[in-house]
Amino acid sequence: MLKQCEGSHAVAEAVALCRPEVICAYPISPQTHIVEGLGEMVKAEDLKDCEFINVESEFAAMSVAIGSSAAGARTYTATASQGLLYMAEAVYNASGLGLPIVMTVANRAIGAPINIWNDHSDSLSQRDCGWIQLFAETNQEALDLHIQAFKLAEELSLPVMVCMDGFILTHAYERVDVPTQEQVDAYLPPYEPRQVLDVNEPVSIGAMVGPEAFMEVRYLAHAKQMQALELIPQLATEFEKVFGRDSGGLIHTYRAEDAETMVIAMGSVLGTIKDVVDEMRDAGHKIGVLGITTFRPFPLLAVAAALKHCKRFLVLEKSLAVGIGGIVATNVRMAVTGMGLKGYTVVAGLGGRAITMKSLTSLFEKAGRDELDLLTFLDLDWNAVNKQLDREKQTRRSGPAAEAMLRDLGTVASKIS
Amino acid sequence: MSLQPVKFYQTGTFTVGNRLLAPEDRSVQANMQRTNSLNSGHRACQGCGEALGARYAIDAAMNASNRQLIAANATGCLEVFSTPYPETSWQIPWIHSLFGNTAAVATGIAAAIKIKKQKGQGKDVRVVAQGGDGGTTDIGFGCLSGMFERNDDVLYICYDNGGYMNTGVQRSSATPPAARTATTMPLGPEPGNVFGQGKFVPAIAMAHEIPYVATATVADLRDLEYKVTKAMGMRGARYIHILVPCPLGWGTASQDTIRMARLAKETGVFPVFEAEYGEIKSALPIRRPLPVEDYLRPQKRYAHLFGKNPAVATIARIQALADKNIRKYGLLAKEGN
Amino acid sequence: MFQVRIHGRGGQGVVTAAEMLSIAAFEEGRHAQAFPSFGSERTGAPVVAFCRIADKEIRLREPIMNPDALIIQDPTLLHQVDVFAGLKKDGFILINTNKSFEELGLGDFVRDWHHDRLCTVAATDLSRKHVGRPMPNVPLLGGFAAVSGIIKLESVIMAINDKFSGKVAAGNIAGATEAYDIVRAEMEEARRKEAAHA
Repeated sequence: MLKQCEGSHAVAEAVALCRPEVICAYPISPQTHIVEGLGEMVKAEDLKDCEFINVESEFAAMSVAIGSSAAGARTYTATASQGLLYMAEAVYNASGLGLPIVMTVANRAIGAPINIWNDHSDSLSQRDCGWIQLFAETNQEALDLHIQAFKLAEELSLPVMVCMDGFILTHAYERVDVPTQEQVDAYLPPYEPRQVLDVNEPVSIGAMVGPEAFMEVRYLAHAKQMQALELIPQLATEFEKVFGRDSGGLIHTYRAEDAETMVIAMGSVLGTIKDVVDEMRDAGHKIGVLGITTFRPFPLLAVAAALKHCKRFLVLEKSLAVGIGGIVATNVRMAVTGMGLKGYTVVAGLGGRAITMKSLTSLFEKAGRDELDLLTFLDLDWNAVNKQLDREKQTRRSGPAAEAMLRDLGTVASKIS
Repeated sequence: MSLQPVKFYQTGTFTVGNRLLAPEDRSVQANMQRTNSLNSGHRACQGCGEALGARYAIDAAMNASNRQLIAANATGCLEVFSTPYPETSWQIPWIHSLFGNTAAVATGIAAAIKIKKQKGQGKDVRVVAQGGDGGTTDIGFGCLSGMFERNDDVLYICYDNGGYMNTGVQRSSATPPAARTATTMPLGPEPGNVFGQGKFVPAIAMAHEIPYVATATVADLRDLEYKVTKAMGMRGARYIHILVPCPLGWGTASQDTIRMARLAKETGVFPVFEAEYGEIKSALPIRRPLPVEDYLRPQKRYAHLFGKNPAVATIARIQALADKNIRKYGLLAKEGN
Repeated sequence: MFQVRIHGRGGQGVVTAAEMLSIAAFEEGRHAQAFPSFGSERTGAPVVAFCRIADKEIRLREPIMNPDALIIQDPTLLHQVDVFAGLKKDGFILINTNKSFEELGLGDFVRDWHHDRLCTVAATDLSRKHVGRPMPNVPLLGGFAAVSGIIKLESVIMAINDKFSGKVAAGNIAGATEAYDIVRAEMEEARRKEAAHA
């Protein structure tokens, strides 16, 4: 059924349709509306047979999820940014134990300095923890990915993180098509655990593993993610059959057939990029888009295939690997080793900085002329940065850097973006 | 014929007591059908108080729950010695997640059980969470408090040996004042915890006004079984805190574990009591209070308090704490008892 | 694509206004996207919300830099925030006030504009009258339907019923309808004046 609603609400409806048995969460912007929405549904008995638990920290949230999933219940939680970091130990524990928990991460920057706005640093900080990571481009895809996530998690016995841009998607009102319970039931069967705490067949879960077997156990985790590379497209195909939509999968391409320049990105910024690409195509540029939906496992072959015929690629990412440059870009480069492509990394939108069509157009045109540096920080205020660097050269007690920069910027309230 | 009540006192074994009791009053451990939930073959040290306490506690819990029990375990001595890769000595469904989240994991298990039961897919299975003092009073404290506050249907058992023993005897917030550990040596002019009272979690548990809080020691195993059985007869958040001497960490002889626990109780250093909804209901009485020195002297971790220049003031302060416990928890046996 | 930017202060329902505008467009079978410019929420602080309306899927995510229309819920913002930044020439402006554009000091700014695109309505007063609270956002939507013609009043009413119920919904509908009529009358007056001067 078509609805005009907030992204968080769409996700809450999708999760509810998946018949979760235990939901545990701790509030953090910008995920709060999702969990509040689910709480309301439980209270109104629209979502039945579901235990909703208010926990005292994100670490507790993931821990409750671990207990619940190990005892055989379909379990869901949501977090962002600082919360994801706070639960990091438990996040690794969940994937190490092979528990099919589904978690929404409403992507938000990580402090210090504290920042509540969108970027991908939170999810990407956990890229190697063993969870599957999916990135939604629209609220519709966010809704759809949650349904696919439960099925994927339970078939592989591996937890799945569905990432959606905080505020930009979570707090945006958009049209979405909410499936029926029948459709979801047809796609997602009840949870059949591979391992479970059962009084009739007692097992010990979580024992120490020494040097004799640790490598093998860890390899199996990797092997499972390799299986996911096969399973994810299958699940997306099945999804299209039941729900009539092309959603999910490893990657999506747009106008890529004869593209000389390929722009690569994840999440909602793909929408803006596509508008720019349409305009540039009208002006004769041979430019296309590669959207990465599945970041872990990283679809090396699919990415290489998508870039096979282009001359150059530009990775536009809302993340920064401090000390080296791009995160997504580094992963992409691994896919295109030996292909002789020129590659540009652009770090943009950190902490919610707006990414505009105007800036992207100028950026892509420069890339097309191969006039870009290998690493670019989009729309960076070099003035402010250099002033601060000077300040630090002049005095030892130069004060907190962030506060000094803010003073230079002046009042923020009067700005539009 | 007049009837005279006769009381039997344990002097260290169950043998005398059990034979004279009706079968239903005998200890769980005396029963040949006991589950041996923590089976033999684990790798605990000689004289480990925790192994003793855990065996009694979990068998009692299994007995009380008709063998429908799942256990969550914190990282620590118990977890390490009970599951030496690739073996496990647990005969029950058991999960070890992390160091600081055991109470939360137990909450999750309880929630899953509740829903399964509601859906007609599962039976009434109970949940026990267990951890040492480190995993309970320090790193696990937040999750513990959360579980209490929500009154989740979990029995949390803390095995308190006063330090992080598995990693080499470092101090925890439960380490008693003046005890020497590997990390309280540099503090102050003498080794031993800078004087504080340690964090007494049973009192904090009482402040949450949960249905049941009790302390116990491995010197009164009968009492321990009774308390676990009683707790299992209740619902909601319950907490049992067991003093379990560690021969290695305390510097005591491995055959003296039970004796040390008894001394802790008889000096008032460790109060043994029960509370419900934040109010003290009963205490195990001290018949003849002993001076704290009797408890401190046998332990090498207190050796620095004695010798040529005994730390008279410190010992006096420890005595004052013990006296305060006796007053506060009503530990002295009443007249005629 | 039609882009609307709504300016106001925290507590005046700016974000709800954008959401309701998007619901109204949805009810007419169109695509709409509404989102706030997220600042630290504080009652009284300047807030901006955006709404895009189009006939196909809206993919663009940037803040609205070049709006086709502005709704200004609080005239005290006029000389504090650059509310007109990027506004397209001859765009629609609706201001919550009982003053005129001249009296607000905007006379010069809108000199060459089509004056039937520049309207004011005392929305806070209307809201007090019909709902008993000084919440100008809903009456402004009624006025906006009139001045821009981009959505029908009926759709605004459907959006009101989506967000509110009972007496509050009824009061809001009355407020929006009265605002609609007031603005329509303003527009006719402006057109007559222009015709007279021509």
